[in-house]
Amino acid sequence: MTSIRHLNLHDVTKWIVLIILSAFLLLMLMPFVLVTLNSVKTEAEFGLYGPLSLPRGLNFTSLIDFWNRVNFTQVLINSTYISLTVAIFGVILSLLNAFALGVGKIRGRVWILVFFLMANFLPQEALAYPLYYFAKFFHVYDTALSVILVFTVIQSAFGTYLLSSVFSAFPRELIEAATLDGCSKLGLLEYIVAPLSLPTLSVLFVFFFIWTWNEFFLPLILLPSNANQTVPLAMAVNQGQYGMNITAQSASGLLGMLPCIIFFLIFQRTLTRGITAGGIK
Amino acid sequence: MKKSTSSIDQGYGVFLIPGFIAFLIIIILPFMINLGISFTAWRGIGAPVWIGLKNFQTLIHDSVFWLSFKNDLILLIAMTVIPTIFGLLLATFLFDYITSNFGQSVSSFFRAGFYLPQIIPGAVAAIVWEWILQPDWGVVNYVLKAVGLSAWTHDWFGDPSTALLAVMVVLVWVQLGYPIVIFMAALQRIEPEILEAASIDGASWRQKFYYIIIHLIRPEILVVVLTTSIYTLKIFGQVYVLTGGGPGNVTSVPSYYAYKQFFETEQVGYGSAVSLAMAAIIILLTIVFINMQSRQEREESV
Repeated sequence: MTSIRHLNLHDVTKWIVLIILSAFLLLMLMPFVLVTLNSVKTEAEFGLYGPLSLPRGLNFTSLIDFWNRVNFTQVLINSTYISLTVAIFGVILSLLNAFALGVGKIRGRVWILVFFLMANFLPQEALAYPLYYFAKFFHVYDTALSVILVFTVIQSAFGTYLLSSVFSAFPRELIEAATLDGCSKLGLLEYIVAPLSLPTLSVLFVFFFIWTWNEFFLPLILLPSNANQTVPLAMAVNQGQYGMNITAQSASGLLGMLPCIIFFLIFQRTLTRGITAGGIK
Repeated sequence: MKKSTSSIDQGYGVFLIPGFIAFLIIIILPFMINLGISFTAWRGIGAPVWIGLKNFQTLIHDSVFWLSFKNDLILLIAMTVIPTIFGLLLATFLFDYITSNFGQSVSSFFRAGFYLPQIIPGAVAAIVWEWILQPDWGVVNYVLKAVGLSAWTHDWFGDPSTALLAVMVVLVWVQLGYPIVIFMAALQRIEPEILEAASIDGASWRQKFYYIIIHLIRPEILVVVLTTSIYTLKIFGQVYVLTGGGPGNVTSVPSYYAYKQFFETEQVGYGSAVSLAMAAIIILLTIVFINMQSRQEREESV
C-alpha cells in the first residue's frame, strides 16, 4: 500500500487527473452548453458579445418563435404518440415471438433468430421504396399509422433476438409445473413468463421508445406534411428555411435535444442496464 | 384429463403467427419487391421495364457510388476505430483509476456524461454541429478569430477539403459514449485480484492493458466493432442535414445516394440496386459477426 511519504504526491496527482478528465468531459458537453446559452440571447446580444458570452438576461423570444413556427406542440404530440405506440406493440410482438422461440424452442429456431437479427440490421433503404408505395396504395401515406406499423416490426426484430436468448434460460421446472397444473400456453405467457421477465421488458420498452423517437430516414419518406412530422424531422426540415437566424437555429437545436435529455435523466438506470445486457446501441 | 409430457413442448407455433404475418408484409415482401425493381428501369409511375442486370452493370462503373462507398470506409475511422480505441482507454481508466480513487458514483457520472450525445437524434446532433461550425458566426471560427488564427477559419462543411473531416468530428462526438458504457460493464467481470497479482509480478500498466484487459473483454470489443460498422453503413440523417452529400459528392454515402436515386432523380430501379449492394454488405457482416461470436463462445466453453 501507499506509504505516508508518497501519500501527498499521490493525492495531488489524482486530483490533477480528475480535473483533466472533467475538462475533457466539459469539452464533450460543450455543444449542449453553447446551444442552451445562445438560445436565451437576443440576436443583438449575440452580435455584440459572440457565442461564448453568458446571456445578459433570459430572453425566450427565439425559443417561442421557433416553437410556434414549427408548431412544436403538435410535433411533440406526434413523436410521443408514434414512439409510445411502437414501444407498446413492439414489446408485445417481441414477447409473442420470443415465447415461441425461447421458451418453446421451436425447431429451426436458430435460423429464425438469425433472420430476425438480419431484419433489424437490414438497411432501411432496401425496404423504403416498396414501403412508400404500399403506404400510398393502402392510404396510410402521411399518417402516423404508416410509421407505427413499420417500426413496430423493425424494433420487434431486435426485441425478439434479445428476448429469446433471455428466455432460453427460463427455468424449465416452472413451465413443467404450471403445465401439469393444467395451465394453458397463453396462461403460461400471461401469468408466468411475462411477469417474471418484466425488468427485461421494461428495458426493451424504453429503448424502443427512444429509438423510434430518434428515427429519421423512414419518417422523412412517409411523413411529408408539417402537421405529421416527428421532432428530428421537423428540426431538420425547417433548417435553413424562413431565413433562420443565429439564435433561432440554436433554439431549434435546444428544442430538439431537450426531450431526449429529459428521457435520459428519467431512464438513465434502465438505459445502462439495457446496454450492458444486450450490447444494444 | 391427463397431460402428457410431450405437450409441454407443443403448441408454441401459434404465437409466431402475428409476428410472421407482420414480418412478411413489412420486411420480406418489400425486400423481395425491391429486389425485383432492381432488375428494371422504373421512374416510380407507369410500368417498370425489365432490363436484367443492367443496373448492376451501371453500378460497377458508377464513380459516385464507389466514392460514396469509399467515404463510408473513411467514416469507419470516426464511427468504429476512434470510438473503440478511445472508448477502451477511457473505460479502463474510469474503471481502474477513477473508481478506485473517487468511488463508483464519480465514474458513473463520467460514464453518463460521455454517453449523453448518444441519446439525442442523429439529425438533431447534426443541427447543433452545423450551428457550431457555421462559417460566419459559428463558435469554432469565432474562437479561431479571437485567438488570432483567422487563417485557420473555414467553411467547414462547404469546403471540399474539410467537409468529410467535419462530418467525422460530429460522428466521433456522437459515437464515443457507446463503447465506454459497454466496455465498463465488461470490465466488471475482471477479478481485481488478477490485476493486483499482475502488478505484484511487475507488470506495467501497458502490459496489464494488452495482456489482461483486452484479452478478457474480447467478446464486447467484437460486438462494438461489428455493430458500429453496420451503423456506419446506415448513416443517413447526419449527412442529410450537414452536407446533403455535398459539396459536389465529396460527402455522399451509399444510403444518401440510394435516397437520391429514389426520391430526387427518380431512378427507382437504380436506387434499388444501390440499396441491395448495401444490404449484401450488411448481411455479409452479420454472418461474419454470428460466426465469430459462436466461435468465441465455443473457445470459452472449452
